[in-house]
Amino acid sequence: MNFDWSWTLTWEIMPRLLWATANTLLAAGAGYAIALVGGLIFALAQRAAFGPIRWAVREFVEFIRSTPLVLQIFFVFYVAPQFGIQLSPWTSGLLAIGLHYSAYLSEVYRGGLEAVPRGQWEACRAINMSARDTYFRIIIPQALVPAVPGMGNYLVGILKDTPMLSVIGVMELMHAANSIGSEHYRYLEPFTLVGLIFFLISLPTAGLVKLLERRLRLGLGL
Amino acid sequence: MPIWEFLQKYSSVLMHGTWVTCLQFVLAVLVAVSVALVMGIGKLSANPLIRGTCVVYIELFRGTSLLVQLYWIFFVLPLFGITLPNFTAGFISVGLNYGAYGAELVRGAIQAVPRGQWEAATALSMSPFARMRRIVLPQAIAIMLPPWGNLLIELLKGTALVSLISVTDLMFQAKQINASTYLSAQAFGTALIIYYLFARVLITPSMRWAEHAVARRLGRS
Repeated sequence: MNFDWSWTLTWEIMPRLLWATANTLLAAGAGYAIALVGGLIFALAQRAAFGPIRWAVREFVEFIRSTPLVLQIFFVFYVAPQFGIQLSPWTSGLLAIGLHYSAYLSEVYRGGLEAVPRGQWEACRAINMSARDTYFRIIIPQALVPAVPGMGNYLVGILKDTPMLSVIGVMELMHAANSIGSEHYRYLEPFTLVGLIFFLISLPTAGLVKLLERRLRLGLGL
Repeated sequence: MPIWEFLQKYSSVLMHGTWVTCLQFVLAVLVAVSVALVMGIGKLSANPLIRGTCVVYIELFRGTSLLVQLYWIFFVLPLFGITLPNFTAGFISVGLNYGAYGAELVRGAIQAVPRGQWEAATALSMSPFARMRRIVLPQAIAIMLPPWGNLLIELLKGTALVSLISVTDLMFQAKQINASTYLSAQAFGTALIIYYLFARVLITPSMRWAEHAVARRLGRS
């Protein structure tokens, strides 16, 4: 047993880890932004009037949801160049993680959309609203409220999945810890600190999500 | 290279990888289910020490990410004198991680068993252990099986990470083929499809079947 925590090393690598934390947060934020929009597109496409589109999008979402994210990251990173598209690790990583969570968020949105009462649609039809206005001004705002808890959970989820981006060389926390480990031949401090940092970010975020959910419920009188 | 030739040439390697993924999956499920039962029931314990331990475990494993835990167990645990081979470290990390998520499902399901069932068991002067085993758990299992189906698919996806500590699973083999042939679309595409079929053809239908079987035993089907 040679457990000896080195505080000198801890302070030495801390700036690098904090810098990488910023990258992790950036990756999670940008990936989530892609997923927020992508998920809405997937959710709306599953309500298209044309049957085959509905079916194809449904299958695509199921496919993304039941295959591993790491594999998808590798797929985007290595396959895009075969079709002549050169993607940087950041771009392909964000694309993959954004797409993956789009599929998850589309399920959350779908639940929200289905929870909007029938009468709202009929009222829009009755006052001769265009399909566009119906969705963007009446339906989507109401669908978002019940979707908030699910959306919050996936915000925490995407944060915890960003370490997978290290496999294609995105300089986030796990990547930094790995290279620190191989430079100093010590894995105890970097890996433990990374775990701690994740814990310190995800626990308060989960707490905030719960608080927001309660506020929303109170605000809506539920 | 057309996909047909590719499959002929590499199917044996991919099949071997799929087999390792299967093993990792089954072993990780065993770990996850045991951990989930112990921690889920422990979280409802009256003893604050047991309850506290379970809460800390669940929050710790849910609050940090699986990849961090995997690396920690594989690279850092040896410093504490516990050296695990990569295969073992792989399924144990995956199992411990998803077990923490499962514990919350177990806790929720146990709490969802109607109060009257507990009281009736107590009235028959059943011991707490017999009450849990014979009255509460069988009903809780019926409640928690549907979310477990989703969790098992998540767990299957989680096993792909063990390739990063060089367990020769499906993901690992796909990476190897990609590295030696640059046939990225074929290698990763085939692996994606195998994972998809695994989830859709094996896990989802067997969980459906299990739900029916449990409902039948409880006389609810």
